[in-house]
Amino acid sequence: MAKTEIAEAKPSVGLFVTCLVDLIRPSVGFAAVKLLEEAGCKVEVPRAQTCCGQPAYNSGDKKDAHELALNTIAAFEGYDYVVAPSGSCAGMLSHHYPELLGDNPETAERAHAFAKKAHELVSFLVDVRGIKKVDIKYSGRVTYHDSCAGLRELGIKDQPRKLLKSIQGLKLQEMDEAEICCGFGGTFCIKYPDISNAIVEKKTANITASKSDCLLAGDLGCLMNMAGKLSREGRQMDVRHVAEVLAGMTDEPAIGANGGES
Amino acid sequence: MKPQSRAFKTNATQALTNEPLKKALGGIKHGFVANRARARANLPEFEQLRDEAKAVKEHTLAHLDLYLEEYEKKVTASGGHVHWAPTASDAREAILKICQDAGAKTVTKGKTMIGEEIAINDYLEDAGITPVETDLGEYLIQIRNEAPSHIIAPAIHLTKDQVEADFRKLHTSLPYDRVLEEPAQLVAEARKMLREQFLAADVGITGANLLIAETGTSVIVTNEGNGDLTQCLPRVHIVIASIEKTVPTLEDANTILRVLARSATGQECSTYTTFTTGPKRPEDPDGPEEYHVVLLDNGRTEMLGSEFHDMLRCIRCGACMNHCPVYGAVGGHAYGWVYPGPMGAVLTPSLIGIDEAGHLPNASTFCGRCEAVCPMRIPLPKMMRHYREREYEKGNTPHRYKLGLKLWAFAAKRYRLYQALTGLAIPLMARFGKRSGRFRTIPLAGGWTRHRDLPAPQGKTFQQLWREKEAKS
Repeated sequence: MAKTEIAEAKPSVGLFVTCLVDLIRPSVGFAAVKLLEEAGCKVEVPRAQTCCGQPAYNSGDKKDAHELALNTIAAFEGYDYVVAPSGSCAGMLSHHYPELLGDNPETAERAHAFAKKAHELVSFLVDVRGIKKVDIKYSGRVTYHDSCAGLRELGIKDQPRKLLKSIQGLKLQEMDEAEICCGFGGTFCIKYPDISNAIVEKKTANITASKSDCLLAGDLGCLMNMAGKLSREGRQMDVRHVAEVLAGMTDEPAIGANGGES
Repeated sequence: MKPQSRAFKTNATQALTNEPLKKALGGIKHGFVANRARARANLPEFEQLRDEAKAVKEHTLAHLDLYLEEYEKKVTASGGHVHWAPTASDAREAILKICQDAGAKTVTKGKTMIGEEIAINDYLEDAGITPVETDLGEYLIQIRNEAPSHIIAPAIHLTKDQVEADFRKLHTSLPYDRVLEEPAQLVAEARKMLREQFLAADVGITGANLLIAETGTSVIVTNEGNGDLTQCLPRVHIVIASIEKTVPTLEDANTILRVLARSATGQECSTYTTFTTGPKRPEDPDGPEEYHVVLLDNGRTEMLGSEFHDMLRCIRCGACMNHCPVYGAVGGHAYGWVYPGPMGAVLTPSLIGIDEAGHLPNASTFCGRCEAVCPMRIPLPKMMRHYREREYEKGNTPHRYKLGLKLWAFAAKRYRLYQALTGLAIPLMARFGKRSGRFRTIPLAGGWTRHRDLPAPQGKTFQQLWREKEAKS
């Protein structure tokens, strides 16, 4: 009885949109909202959010990273959960905020409390909300790239595959070295473009060899990198955030595409 | 070796167009990486062993002074001598003096990264003593006058064809039409050429994978047996090792050995694991008459208790570089000094300074694979980030990059301003990119568009669309 009551009480989720989804691909944000609502959550999008601060944090700019982290925590303090459609940003919220804000006992406590309720979208759906399948149809062969922070900081590996395999008509074709970095690395790809390029070239070769028609991943940064390289190489391949496929929202042109006319 | 780490970017760009290097690095995936994965899968307690090995090193580092004193006492008791070397120059002088006292003309060497760190070969040569590398990889790079490009496979950047060509050029006493196709034939030839050197050497120098405090023993692991000949045949054996190689007991050494070879080459145990304690005793059939240990600090005590303390757990297995996408693309020479890859990205600035080695901790995607495979669970990306923080505080971060970061952060900290700016810029950018869905070039983003297209934004920002949607409902 009590269990049912808890299950029926809708948890409140603050969607951390992430800066890249906000600016480049809002459709991923709407897909995330749809998936979260279907998973029985009450979703809100606090306005006072911008970026998790990772670019500053990884560039050694602790002061700005610190301020951005506190802003983000303040914006989401009222929700049961904070969910982001990105393993990298969710890893920042749940793993790096406690480290970044650990010097001062007051901020450390807030960061730890915040970290506990911060999740990446797909793992939240599967591990926290217990979603086992999505009830949509899709026609085609997809391959899935495991983005580094999601895989190694948050242990996201089976969750997206489990949901993808539940989709009627979808065939999951694993690529070789799916767990190896695509070479994006945030500011790395700007600071060391030639090395980044050598790494993404290996990735696109593996993607192509998988003979899929669509590449999926859970992080827009990696997706933009791989989509940008695939299109520069002249390859015909749809590139999408996994949430778009899981939500059945694939009407929008794929990342870096123009709606079918090339 | 004079550091070339400042030139990392140039070095890397050159490496990326080096076809033999690409071919050589391509082999790591099917070699070290696949073998490690198999070894790990075959040992159910591997993850637990990693924790135990880490705990051994943590404990040792917390009491390093005590264990080093104990180690020295035991070495002395077994008839050996310990030479404390605070700096690389102290170590070089100590080694040269031992060689000169022994009247040495040639010195054979087992593989030692500390030897590379203190650049002992050049120093001995300048003093008229000939060092002869006996590890096959080290032998190859010595004849090519190159630095090692990997800490356990120093010549990993070379292909078999390059080695064959070098051997034909150098080993002129052998018939030119001999068959040199298989790696085993190359190894056999190097062995034949080295045999006389082993017998002629006056002093043998080896490194140490471990120093055991309770017994005063040094341990080396090799696959060629060259280390044993180097330390047994000459009259004098010199071990050069850095202070953090110490472990308390034989049992502790065993714990570390069990993760070392599996992480390095994927072997359960290297072909030779040799324990050496003191010089030859009266009842021993062979062994050196003199046994010296040169213990190098060279900046390591400074690391104790610092943000880089955990780096001192490193057991030099090379797993981090084998699994690193950056190392896999550019190889070890690009890093410009002795230690490449992720461990080098932390150790090099610790030993030669962040001004010289600032690029190395930046040249990482933070993919975390190094930390995931490190047998000692060293948080390598975290320490690279600490170096980026130091660089930023020191003002070493490139000006243009810092300015961009500051402007972005200024806006990102003020969400109303940020949303007003992005709400204007993004729809505009989307309109420009609408036709093809991507940009082939874009001002200020040359680093990105040199190699790949930039996907165009869809239209309005999510924040704009969401507020519009909210206003409607």
